[in-house]
Amino acid sequence: MRDPILTREYLKRRSFIELSARDRAKCLFDSGTGRELAGPFDRIESPWLAMQDVTPEADDGCIVMRGTIGGQQAVVIAFAGAFQGGAIGEVSGAKLTAALDLARADNEKGIRTNAVLLLETGGVRLQEANLGLAAVAEIISSIIALRRHAPVISLTAGTVGCFGGMSLAAGVSSYVVMTRQGRLGLNGPEVIEEESGVEEFDASDRSLIWSIFGGQQRYDQGLVDALVDDDADQIVKTVRDLIAQGVPPVHRSEQVDLYRSRITALEDSRQWNPEELHSWKNQNKKENQ
Amino acid sequence: MESGRAAFLEESKQEGKPMNKFTGIRGRIWFKALTGQASSMPGDPHSVLTADAPIGEDKARFLCVVPDPDGRFPCARRGEVGLEEAYTLAARVREAIHADKESTKRPIIAIVDVKSQAYGRREETAGIHLAAAAAADAYASARFAGHPVIALIFGQAISGGFLTHGYQANRLLAFDDDGVLIHAMHKEAAARITRRTVAQLDKLAETVTPLSYNVRDYAKLGLLYKLLHVSDPEDPNAEDVSLVRHEVIAAIQDARKTSPDLINRIESEAARVARKASRLVRARLAEQWNH
Repeated sequence: MRDPILTREYLKRRSFIELSARDRAKCLFDSGTGRELAGPFDRIESPWLAMQDVTPEADDGCIVMRGTIGGQQAVVIAFAGAFQGGAIGEVSGAKLTAALDLARADNEKGIRTNAVLLLETGGVRLQEANLGLAAVAEIISSIIALRRHAPVISLTAGTVGCFGGMSLAAGVSSYVVMTRQGRLGLNGPEVIEEESGVEEFDASDRSLIWSIFGGQQRYDQGLVDALVDDDADQIVKTVRDLIAQGVPPVHRSEQVDLYRSRITALEDSRQWNPEELHSWKNQNKKENQ
Repeated sequence: MESGRAAFLEESKQEGKPMNKFTGIRGRIWFKALTGQASSMPGDPHSVLTADAPIGEDKARFLCVVPDPDGRFPCARRGEVGLEEAYTLAARVREAIHADKESTKRPIIAIVDVKSQAYGRREETAGIHLAAAAAADAYASARFAGHPVIALIFGQAISGGFLTHGYQANRLLAFDDDGVLIHAMHKEAAARITRRTVAQLDKLAETVTPLSYNVRDYAKLGLLYKLLHVSDPEDPNAEDVSLVRHEVIAAIQDARKTSPDLINRIESEAARVARKASRLVRARLAEQWNH
């Protein structure tokens, strides 16, 4: 494999990770078509944060943009990992659900509208606890309702990663795209260490973390559809290609018997070397042949 | 087995990780009370109870996750929803969807008493996020296919455990009782992560409703269809069981009458007050969508 750091193209690339959530969303659209909805000037802030002496933001850390991607209607919803770790509050969660529902309504009217979710989020915002959790349940439902009509693409570029309840949102998506800098999992390392002890998971062991949650591993075990470099142009092209591919014949989270049999086949008496699970991807390939 | 209410509450007062020991007791008791059965289906782990049993005019599929100290995976033995539990729920719900493709869509009843998702390294390595997504997907797909999906929150309903098992229901019913705990995280951990003491968190929860661990405050958010009052959630008498059956039948009928999405959670009277911001977001986005 080439070393990405030493190649000329990599040095010339435009980093996606270094972009703000708003710029990430904007760069996915056909030039000049991205238009923000319910933006910061609408000033819909979290009603709960100020009550707890936490400073709210005018966009609640969630950017909704409409426009065209590869000539097709699309909505992009981006979470700003820089605000509250991208965590889902009442407002940011409602923005995502409402955007998905409007896209579904357009599809039902015959206007094909695709969705791209830029998931940089630790999960539920604990300052809005039960309304955050409720929002995640509604997000999952709205993704499932939309993906029958048009693909819902989840992208986790980094560096926050996609954890907690929002990992289920990625799980029910039509396609999952990651960079090597992205991480995906239900419980983050610290949470596991805290709940189950350091012998279960040493959250200070960075190589352990990346070997399990990292984009490369998730791709190698067949839980991710595309692994991309931190390169805005490559990411734009990947998103366009997936939109052109359309709705997959079966979504990953519908393949219950396949994944259940894989869990049954695992030896339960020990921890697994993450590489052992690379066979899952090879099996996927065989099935698709 | 000591399953009395006093023991349950005593346990819940202890420091550390409260109520572990007793999670799942309510689930098993009510599963048995409503279905007359208490076993897993052939080939399933003992931590997932599934049964088809009559309720009103219907034959419903009941599902419940219970502790199994002999379960395969060490981090999912105390009533957590782990890899096996999530995929089993998904498989059993999808089985019902498939069987009812051409016939009356049977109600799917999730009895919820789950302490959380499983927090383990094996779980993450094998992609528990996908297992949880598969279960949530199955429940939501059942709902969209026309099955009334009812969640009965009789004990704990925490975080990823609840997202996996129950939160995709058309109608949520809960006991009005201190043993019911619906939340994003257990109290001690939530206090620690938000850098507060438990006392500070309790004080804040008096005004910041979504922070509260009290089911009556949860009801104020407008997400619940109904709060149920029974004499003893851990030792129900015939009247209690009859009341719950009656309310489930009403919820099934109500779910069949309305749209299969979750819009009722934002249209309810309580939601019009508590979720004003959500409603404002929806209105603003709809206004700006085409302009």
